[in-house]
Amino acid sequence: MPNNIYLYILVMAGVTYLIRMLPLALWKREIKNVYVRSFLHYVPYACLAAMTFPAILSSTGSLLSAIFGFAVALLLAYREKSLLTVALCACGTVFVVEQLLLWLPSLGF
Amino acid sequence: MKLKAFLRGLHAGIPIGLGYFAVSFTFGMEAVRSGLSIWEAVMISLLNLTSAGQFAGLDIIVAGGPLIEMAATQLIINLRYCLMSFSLSQKLEKKAPHAHRFAVAFGVTDEIFGVSASQSGEVSPYFNYGAMCVAIPGWSLGTLVGAVCGNILPAFIMSALGIAVYGMFLAIIIPPAKKSRPVLLVVLGAMAISCLFTYVPFINQISSGFAIIIATVVAAGAAALLCPIKEEVDAHAE
Repeated sequence: MPNNIYLYILVMAGVTYLIRMLPLALWKREIKNVYVRSFLHYVPYACLAAMTFPAILSSTGSLLSAIFGFAVALLLAYREKSLLTVALCACGTVFVVEQLLLWLPSLGF
Repeated sequence: MKLKAFLRGLHAGIPIGLGYFAVSFTFGMEAVRSGLSIWEAVMISLLNLTSAGQFAGLDIIVAGGPLIEMAATQLIINLRYCLMSFSLSQKLEKKAPHAHRFAVAFGVTDEIFGVSASQSGEVSPYFNYGAMCVAIPGWSLGTLVGAVCGNILPAFIMSALGIAVYGMFLAIIIPPAKKSRPVLLVVLGAMAISCLFTYVPFINQISSGFAIIIATVVAAGAAALLCPIKEEVDAHAE
């Protein structure tokens, strides 16, 4: 363990902030090129989709609860429920499935 | 107008803060277990506001690696924020004073970017501030609680909260994918590429930050070439 931990934290935070700040601060004018515009239009969907799947499958205590949570989130998102509703129902589903997994064996299933 | 945007941001920040709490809780736990002080752990979370980057950074601190390695690792893992900030630079209210961009930049995380990108039309910096006002305390407090009482919160609660942010991401991307064929293909394509980087031997050695950048650039790039948006429709109309 180094004794100048704060120096590490400073470098870490500095680099991370610069990455976030430079494009926002330096690029204000509107982009006219249709391909670049289209690319930037698709970026959020591509990025969020890549982060969600398959990572969602390992986001909980078991694959099974994650699959159920994923299915419920997909269904509610398809029905255009709010972000909060979808997130909380996914959490609730995971909770219920994991409790069932815990109790079913002891009931003889 | 500003207040309304701020309040909408606060509301959008709730699921973000919940999900953050769970993730940063494990970070706080891990940091203290690795030998950092509670204060150092919280300070890392407060200043960085990023998950993968922090866990990787923690490893480097504990190993006492060179500072240049710290800088390079953060650059690679967090480079996706560069894409997001670039996308946001087009979306942020043009009339808002330039100084706002320096403050909004601090809060460009996967999730806050996600909700601000899902706003229709231009997005007010106050919307981002609202989301940041829930997300940053969620992230920092999670770290604090994790650092202080690592093993008190039961595992099933942590497990259930772990899925929150992904549920939120789905709520953002599915409705537009329903209405637009190209967006649907972008979503499926990016997920497929992301699977390759998770499961296929050798290429799953690539850091998750890089994998996301590659998946994003390939999927969004292909869609831009194949289905460029011709007319002056607003990007994230919904």
